[in-house]
Amino acid sequence: MADAHITVRNLTMAYGSFVLQRDLNFAVNRGDIFVVMGGSGCGKSTLLRHLIGLNEPAQGEVFYGEESFTHADPARRELLVRRIGVLYQSGALWSSMTLAENVGVPLEEFTDLSAAEVREVASLKLSLVGLKGFEDFYPSQISGGMQKRAGLARAMALDPDILFFDEPSAGLDPISSRRLDELIVELRDSLGATIVIVTHELASIFAVGTNSIFLDAESRTMIAMGPPTELRDHADNPTVRRFLLRGENGHE
Amino acid sequence: MTTTAATLGFEQTGDGTLLVRLSGRWHLPDGVPSAEPVERELTGQHRPRAVWFEAAGLEAWDTSVVLYLGRVEEVCRRHGVAVNRGGLPAGVQRLLALAEAVPEATDARGEQMDTGVLERIGVTTLEAQESVLKALEFVGDVFISLGRFVVGRARYRRADLWLLIQQTGIEALPVVALVAFLLGLILAFVGAVQLQSFGAAIYVADLVGVAMARDTGALIAAIVMAGRSGAAFAAQLGSMRVNQEIDALATTGISPIEFLVVPRVIALVLMMPLLTLYADVVGILGGLFVGTTMLDLSFTLYFQQTAAAVSLASVVGGVFKGGVYGVLIAVAGCLRGMQSGRSASAVGDAATSAVVTGIVAIIAAAGAFSVIFYVLGI
Ligand SMILES: Nc1ncnc2c1ncn2[C@@H]1O[C@H](COP(=O)(O)OP(=O)(O)OP(=O)(O)O)[C@@H](O)[C@H]1O
Ligand SMILES: [Mg+2]
Repeated sequence: MADAHITVRNLTMAYGSFVLQRDLNFAVNRGDIFVVMGGSGCGKSTLLRHLIGLNEPAQGEVFYGEESFTHADPARRELLVRRIGVLYQSGALWSSMTLAENVGVPLEEFTDLSAAEVREVASLKLSLVGLKGFEDFYPSQISGGMQKRAGLARAMALDPDILFFDEPSAGLDPISSRRLDELIVELRDSLGATIVIVTHELASIFAVGTNSIFLDAESRTMIAMGPPTELRDHADNPTVRRFLLRGENGHE
Repeated sequence: MTTTAATLGFEQTGDGTLLVRLSGRWHLPDGVPSAEPVERELTGQHRPRAVWFEAAGLEAWDTSVVLYLGRVEEVCRRHGVAVNRGGLPAGVQRLLALAEAVPEATDARGEQMDTGVLERIGVTTLEAQESVLKALEFVGDVFISLGRFVVGRARYRRADLWLLIQQTGIEALPVVALVAFLLGLILAFVGAVQLQSFGAAIYVADLVGVAMARDTGALIAAIVMAGRSGAAFAAQLGSMRVNQEIDALATTGISPIEFLVVPRVIALVLMMPLLTLYADVVGILGGLFVGTTMLDLSFTLYFQQTAAAVSLASVVGGVFKGGVYGVLIAVAGCLRGMQSGRSASAVGDAATSAVVTGIVAIIAAAGAFSVIFYVLGI
């Protein structure tokens, strides 16, 4: 068996007394491209926030490797977090900095590179996402899709072990979205990164996903787990199959 | 073409059916009829077992029909009477079906339940307690991070700090000067009216000088900065929160407090003493202007009188107060910004409440200083 990179045990997520999902149990293996699926509003983004420590579980635990992330002390947590990269649903670029500075901040803070080298690495990362020449633009001067790609460049700045993506292809045209898929697979293969993606794009799900879970809004828990293509062809649960077949041929 | 208004007809048929007849042109801006007549029929002595609709005379319809039918069906459901939509136009039937396709989320509205007065008092008290605890935690975090800054271990960008120093310092000079000069004038006028009657007009110089150096200079600078920088800090951090930029800092492994709050506190702590001194000087010039033009005092005399009255200790005390007000303004602004909700109006509220919090804190601190300085005999 491949070794587990992230393990989630009995996780219950809630905002106050409003329980979103309960009893989530799954493992993301090293090198997986792990897809989190589910209808709008079922708590996918919230699950991501729990995995990266922005929200605390109402119950249960998140492990990174063998180590409990939920119960780690703040200093240890900061070290663990430094090994991850996150692409937010809105891009979340720091609006007072240029693209090069955005990508450069993690490099400045956590490496001993000189200013010129930081700039060079930032340009390289930006060119990987097709934004060569936009180094000195501010986030407000580029389109939403470009902001998303710049956010990806920032997430990759420190060559993280784990990359989290919240709806990376929302707002991208079909060709850019396809290129992004290729980039994601490339990142996994070249950096050996583990990737967790929240997405609705069926094409991407089948193209890149090696494993997945399906969160259900009605029963408030995960109702399926496995490689996406397998779920499409063999899942017992009609909700999952309807989702993966875009609501067509959802015969019981 | 004749236009007929929306009309409704009711008819009880022999077999226990209520026929609701819709006709004319239904147009939302003209209003939606109430379902009360139907309810009256349902509760009358001939209680129908089913409601049917007939829409042969319906000339035009829009949302108003769907809304009305929704009300009627709600009434029927309450009274356990079956509804048959067969007689309705196909489009209306489809819209009704669509509105019902996704069942209402039962707990999504849970928060808005009717609450009694006692419960609301309890909830508000708990919330107040929580917000005080959160504020204390924030202040604690800020001071720990300031400690890290002092020993050179805080993560922030020098360029940001310089920019903030420029914004809070140099760019505030004109407005601080204007307010300080005017307040110097006002103090001198108020003093002159009283002192002239004793032939002691020269003591206007003492009054303005001592007031400016001890308290007023620092207060002027602080209140101007609370309105300028406190609000700006809250709005900046609040909009960064809306855009998830603060989350992004946290998941990059950078403490938002070190990166965003500490430079703002440092900028104000450095600039407020300077602005206080500046306000002192400009305020005294305001007094001098009144003294030389209205009271016929000579420039040298006024100057000497001021220099004799204002002790170094009071100037230093005033400057120290200015620095403390700077911390209060920056912390209040950043606290409100970091606590801001995730919407445009929440950012506006954060800015407003930063100014209010800042000014209340300044006045409270000024009161405390008066007592402390009095006891210490400074
Ligand atoms: N800060 C919050 N406070 C309270 N409730 C929240 C908060 N954020 C999200 N929610 C609720 O949690 C639920 C799940 O939100 P989340 O953003 O995780 O959904 P999602 O699965 O990512 O949806 P989408 O696919 O539309 O992005 C929503 O119903 C929302 O009402
Ligand atoms: Mg989401």
